[in-house]
Amino acid sequence: MKEKLVLIGNGMAGVRTIEELLKLAPDAYDITVFGSEPFGNYNRILLSPVLAREKTIDDIMLNDLQWYNDNNIKLHTGKWVTKIDRAKRVVITEDGSEEPYDRLLLATGSNPFIIPVPGSDLPGVISFRDIHDVDAMLEASTKYKHAVVIGGGLLGLEAANGLRTQGMDVTVVHLLDTLMERQLDKPAAELLQCALKEKGLRFMMEAQTEAILGNERVSGVRFKDGREIPADLVVMAVGIRPNIELAKKSGIHCERGVVVSDTTQTYDPRIYAVGECVQHRGQTYGLVAPLFDMAKVCANHLAQLGYSRYEGSVVSTKLKVTGIDVFSAGDFLGDETTEDIVMKDAARGVYKKVVLKDNKIHGAVMFGDTVDGSWYFQLLRDGTDVSDIREHLMFGQAHLGDSGHGGQNAAVAMSDDMEVCGCNGVCKGDITKAIVDKGLFTLDDVRSHTKASASCGSCTGLVEQILVSTLGGDYSATPQEKPLCKCTDHTHDQVRKAIRAQHLTTIPTAMAYLEWRSPNGCHVCRPALNYYIISTWPAEGQDDPQSRFINERAHANIQKDGTYSVVPRMWGGLTTPNELRAIADVADKFKIPTVKVTGGQRIDLLGVKKEDLPAVWGDLNNAGMVSGHAYGKSLRTVKTCVGQEWCRFGTQDSTSMGVILERLTWGSWMPHKFKMAVSGCPRNCAEATIKDFGVVAVESGWELHVGGNGGVKVRPTDLLCKVTTDEEVIEYCCAFIQIYREEAHYLERTAPWLERVGLSYVKEKIVDDAENRAALQERFLESQRYAQKDPWAERVSKGVEKHEFIPLKHVS
Amino acid sequence: MTEWIKVGRIEDIPPLGARVVETGNGDIAVFRTAEDKIFAVRDKCPHKGGPLSQGIVHGRNVTCPLHNWNIALESGQAVAPDEGCVARYPLKVEDGVIHLSLKG
Ligand code: SRM
Ligand SMILES: Cc1cc2nc3c(=O)[nH]c(=O)nc-3n(C[C@H](O)[C@H](O)[C@H](O)COP(=O)(O)OP(=O)(O)OC[C@H]3O[C@@H](n4cnc5c(N)ncnc54)[C@H](O)[C@@H]3O)c2cc1C
Ligand code: SF4
Ligand code: FES
Repeated sequence: MKEKLVLIGNGMAGVRTIEELLKLAPDAYDITVFGSEPFGNYNRILLSPVLAREKTIDDIMLNDLQWYNDNNIKLHTGKWVTKIDRAKRVVITEDGSEEPYDRLLLATGSNPFIIPVPGSDLPGVISFRDIHDVDAMLEASTKYKHAVVIGGGLLGLEAANGLRTQGMDVTVVHLLDTLMERQLDKPAAELLQCALKEKGLRFMMEAQTEAILGNERVSGVRFKDGREIPADLVVMAVGIRPNIELAKKSGIHCERGVVVSDTTQTYDPRIYAVGECVQHRGQTYGLVAPLFDMAKVCANHLAQLGYSRYEGSVVSTKLKVTGIDVFSAGDFLGDETTEDIVMKDAARGVYKKVVLKDNKIHGAVMFGDTVDGSWYFQLLRDGTDVSDIREHLMFGQAHLGDSGHGGQNAAVAMSDDMEVCGCNGVCKGDITKAIVDKGLFTLDDVRSHTKASASCGSCTGLVEQILVSTLGGDYSATPQEKPLCKCTDHTHDQVRKAIRAQHLTTIPTAMAYLEWRSPNGCHVCRPALNYYIISTWPAEGQDDPQSRFINERAHANIQKDGTYSVVPRMWGGLTTPNELRAIADVADKFKIPTVKVTGGQRIDLLGVKKEDLPAVWGDLNNAGMVSGHAYGKSLRTVKTCVGQEWCRFGTQDSTSMGVILERLTWGSWMPHKFKMAVSGCPRNCAEATIKDFGVVAVESGWELHVGGNGGVKVRPTDLLCKVTTDEEVIEYCCAFIQIYREEAHYLERTAPWLERVGLSYVKEKIVDDAENRAALQERFLESQRYAQKDPWAERVSKGVEKHEFIPLKHVS
Repeated sequence: MTEWIKVGRIEDIPPLGARVVETGNGDIAVFRTAEDKIFAVRDKCPHKGGPLSQGIVHGRNVTCPLHNWNIALESGQAVAPDEGCVARYPLKVEDGVIHLSLKG
């Protein structure tokens, strides 16, 4: 017999928990759900668009009745649970029927707070919580003129804006002198108030309601100072109180909310609680993101996995009023232990404040220009040390780059038919539609449903903004670091540590030790595991071709039509007549359709048939050429300029230095691709300052630059140090590559890695610490002993991976 | 009567790998999973025609090498939220020999 799980409260947190549970253990329970509302589960945060008549209830359904049916869940709509008999383990409903449970989940949400003034029970006085309230507002808007919204917080302003769009005269009444004081500081709140006034809202600040006036129906509001205003509709939006009545009555320990532990259990271990009704570590929440975090943890325990813990959430908020951009996160007010960085441009209506504590972002509040909100929020959640980027922190992620989205960086200013994702041709309207219709909450959801930002990722910031402005918050889970992929809960760093500590040298042993959830992983984790294994154990680690992306398996780059491209190495961009002849001959012999000079100073042969690859390589090998790894997460090219030997400005022999570096480092597998360049003088013709490792010659020696790239987000390098001898260039190059190889996450290029760990950290490890630098170099050279095997030669002469290149069979 | 064609032995395909059977009507990708299950589908991704045989195999799915769609080999269906499907071909394995039928 299956255990019985009963959910009380058919809202966003409770049903999300069930969804998560079904993903982990679809058959663990017989599930029964009680909900006092007459619907399936709908997206409460989209009630504002329903009030604006932009959406209907059907549009904002997250789980319709069919869903409950499909998952064998017994749903009782429109039914209150009035009692929990914990001794008998049954819940009792208003009509007296009983339902037994083995485990019980409380998700009763919260109740809007109604100020206990005379008249607050008059018809026409409502709150803003559910569909019922929205219907009442819509009806009133067709009959009446004057609306008063009491409460100038997030909810109140959304209600006020909605009623205004329905043509009512709206006055917002607020007890304090600043709006949204829990989300905004004073300067931001003032800008907000101005913007809302322009939209036609009226405000009464520092006004304390004394009574609601009226006989049959509300007719006005009177304040402590004697003022009175007319009102046909009063919306109370002064806050919410966790709905703990049922729990309290049933003897479950409550304070402000139902008290739960890190496992989301109440004091009765059979009873769990999630959502707004909960108090965790003294904190209650009124936004969806933390509730979803709780739901995940609760499901983990209900599924009897038992390892997940809820440790609290950091939240960010956004007001969902079209055309008004505010953002806040964390502790944006600060105190004597924090410092502020502020930027204000009143004429442009822009205000930004970032609060720092111990060089980390502690909170942020912004008005007008919120593009960087999600970036600050990410830095805040990751606890990133921002001292290295402090100077340009306020200017945002300035190196965002324009490629792919036409320089557009403010989603609110975009119309629905404007393209957001240039790779996959996804417009803004497609994204908002998917968010609403399919009930999406996270960036990952949007990526997999619409493909927006799923390819090169340059539009990620825009997609996040659209998500946030549609839903009003950031829904990505709070954990400091993301798990490597869906197959595990371990992070990149944890996986790597285990591979080293446990001496794991094959993918199956690593998966077994780390308790991988899927039998053989997926296309995300297998290549990562393979890299971690071979980079940690260069001599013993077993390289698994089936866990490599096809390009690395075939040692050529797959093209859209399934043919391949071949790029032979040209050391430091130098070539010879013989090499060029060999390339020409091979192109003729195998009828290769396109021969192109690449952006990396060498020649690309495009459109080679897979069966021909070994023979093409054979011919190129015979002319002394080796693979250029144009396909690999590995060293790509070392670009050089002509340098001292020919150029009238050259200060050092940059070409030879390039050749030396390429010969030293080729063949090395890396977390991502790695490019180098050597320029002979600061004119920098080899573009060394947008490379992963760039060398610029100066009269007195060499400047070493790191962490640059062209591509999606252009990022110029940071100067690592200056050295005088060739030997030092070589040593630093090896050391930098090795620390990157050992510490970056798979598919993290040097630029994002450097931003994550900070330039100071890297300097400390390889500039200040000569011993460590030498040790890194030694480890790099050791690993190169195993890596510098030309993959082409192996495949041509030793028949390695022969099956890769011949069809299984040919049938006519 | 189904016409079975012998195309090779299980060991000819690496575990978690695939090989191609060329036919006059385009390529067929023959996959081998970790548990030695064999599946055959048309070597053409429902998205933009990518060669599925070149993808990474995991569980009973393959990830297309061009834009990472996942295809369930048993049903030929793209894994949600992607939508589409690829033709399957009947096959049987006798004494380690793979027999394929071209009537997909
Ligand atoms: C062939 C070449 C274009 C050309 O015709 O010139 C090229 C071709 C591709 N580039 Fe590139 N990139 C080429 C130079 C560049 C450059 C310029 C450079 O290296 O000086 C850049 C910008 C500089 C940089 O990377 O910092 C460049 C930035 C990218 C990016 C974006 C990387 C980023 O971090 O933002 C990608 C996508 C990726 O790697 O994930 C990419 C990916 C690709 C891929 C591999 C896409 C793919 O996976 O199929 C293309 C392969 C086509 C093929 O089959 O050959 N290519 N690519 C160039 C080969 C250089 C070489 O000899 O190896
Ligand atoms: C208008 C509006 C806009 C919002 N905008 C945002 C936003 O932009 N961003 C954001 O993050 N959050 C927003 N929120 C808050 C968010 O909607 C809530 O945090 C979330 O819905 C709470 O989920 P919950 O499951 O805890 O409670 P609910 O979704 O309220 O679900 C609780 C359910 O339990 C039922 N119930 C209670 N007691 C019983 C009982 N004894 N028997 C049976 N059923 C019972 C209730 O009727 C209710 O249906 C908004 C809320 C509103 C009202
Ligand atoms: S070669 Fe580079 S820029 Fe050109 S289409 Fe391919 S990935 Fe894009
Ligand atoms: S062609 Fe297969 S995913 Fe695009």
